[in-house]
Amino acid sequence: MSRHPDSLRIVIVDDEAPARSRIRDLLEDCAGSFPIELAGEAASGRELLTLLEETPADVVLLDIRMPEMDGLEVAQHMLKLPEPPSVIFTTAYNDYALKAFELHAVDYLLKPIRLRRLHEALTRVRAITPLRLDVLQQITPDARTHLSVQERGKVVLIPLPEILYLRAELKYVTIRTAAREFLLEESLSKLEQEFSGQFVRIHRSCLVAKAHITGFEKDGGDGGEARWMVTLAGLDEKLPVSRRQQHIVKEMGRTVV
Amino acid sequence: MSALSACSGAIFGLNQPMASINQNRYPNLLPNFRNQGVMLRLLLIVVVMTAVAAALKSSNWTGMLNQCLSLSALAQPTAILSLLLLGVADRWLHKLEYALAVAVIVVVELGIVTVVVIATDSVFTPDSPGLARSWFFTAVATLLVLAYFNLRSRMLSPALTEARLQALQARIRPHFLFNSINAVLSLVRTEPRRAETALEDLADLFRVLMADNRDLVPLAREVELCRQYLGLEALRLGNRLQVEWQADKMPGDALVPPLLLQPLLENAVYHGIEPSMEPGLISIQIFSDRDQVRMLLRNPYREGGSHHSGNKMALANIRERLSLHFDAEASLQTHAGDGHYEVRITLPYVREEK
Repeated sequence: MSRHPDSLRIVIVDDEAPARSRIRDLLEDCAGSFPIELAGEAASGRELLTLLEETPADVVLLDIRMPEMDGLEVAQHMLKLPEPPSVIFTTAYNDYALKAFELHAVDYLLKPIRLRRLHEALTRVRAITPLRLDVLQQITPDARTHLSVQERGKVVLIPLPEILYLRAELKYVTIRTAAREFLLEESLSKLEQEFSGQFVRIHRSCLVAKAHITGFEKDGGDGGEARWMVTLAGLDEKLPVSRRQQHIVKEMGRTVV
Repeated sequence: MSALSACSGAIFGLNQPMASINQNRYPNLLPNFRNQGVMLRLLLIVVVMTAVAAALKSSNWTGMLNQCLSLSALAQPTAILSLLLLGVADRWLHKLEYALAVAVIVVVELGIVTVVVIATDSVFTPDSPGLARSWFFTAVATLLVLAYFNLRSRMLSPALTEARLQALQARIRPHFLFNSINAVLSLVRTEPRRAETALEDLADLFRVLMADNRDLVPLAREVELCRQYLGLEALRLGNRLQVEWQADKMPGDALVPPLLLQPLLENAVYHGIEPSMEPGLISIQIFSDRDQVRMLLRNPYREGGSHHSGNKMALANIRERLSLHFDAEASLQTHAGDGHYEVRITLPYVREEK
């Protein structure tokens, strides 16, 4: 493939190697008619985000059904990049998402992909409206498997099982893992809704990962009432349970050893 | 219909007629006297008939109990002897015309009851119903029982035709079809020979899917189909899909419902292999244990996977077809836990008749 100053830099993302090689073949066929550069290939969302740190791209051909993180979620994390590439989703079957794609003019290609369709999609890629986060969130039926934050122009992925608690600060939400903290620009109440299965609210400003709770301790209140505190695996810090949320001590206490 | 069956016969390379279970257009008007489900039903019917007859003959509870006992002393030995004899003669009876077989069975039953009455007469002289009445009662009972099985099989036979449709419902996921075609397309330029094999396998799979799946097929054929299917999946999943077969000792001639294992393997790939980037192992174990065939499928499993409805549908479908073909003698059990998902199938070792 020729290198050309205006050439479209493309990244292929698919967990299946033959699917990637098929698109590579088709891109070679396209290269004759307009300048294309294959910037790279990735087998997962995580690989893609790592690749994009070093290699800028204009278009990502993104498979929807992938292990660990599906394409719709990957696209959401990718939007945190300073200059997110355009996305053309690829899918083998009429997913639930296709109707939503039509509705919001999100571009997609059905596998097996036809040369003509790929050509069309790439031709108009510079003209398509960039993906919007709210649209993507609306389309994605499941909770995310990762949270992501932007740090120095890179997208850092934080796998959900690693998160100990989420605490609302003034403008941000602090994500706490055993290793460190991250600052996230999202609302705690939305996070509570999305991850109601995995997290429990212990305080107006704090969600705790159920899986990491090791127990509850009574903290001798000086003069006043004693407060319940949550202890978490791998963390010395204890988190207070507000009086309104005290019922969770009973509910969770039974399941926690 | 006949063209279709001929066609499916050709696919499975069988020129002999299929097993007795599906020889006729109707599965069987005559019950399979060797099936445990049938035996159980027969004994139950006899007990109920005895109780009803006793109730009709007596006016109070004690009388009824006595009647019941004395009638059972005749009816139970008759029933058990009948099961033995009919079980032995089962194959032969099924080769006869239906009307002739019914006549033979009635005569056999009359013979048995005569022997039983004469044998027990000395023991229970006071209340014996007498030979003539026993004959009458036995003839009526035999005809009623045969009529019941006749009706039952007629009732089930549309269900058996439906089994074909259900097999279609348990069909390969479109997701698999399109992904496979996509994988084959990727091979066409670089490895045309592998592409050819893959397309041939795909064609075989769909030929079976579209065949008349009412008939049982040899286990060896089903296993071959599964290998072809897994080969196609390996094409796109690469080394993420690890397969271990332990089927050296499998009875290849055992007859099984078509598409018994393939949908289960498809579930195993869909739920056990695809959701992970890491390689996962699917193991299949098939062996015969006395007169039973046992199968054990195992795949990695993650708690909290969300797509379970498809899996349940396939399982329900296979269970239903197993019970249509084998009644209570076949079973399918699943077990999840410990990071693995298991399916165990047990079915009777039915062979094709030579």
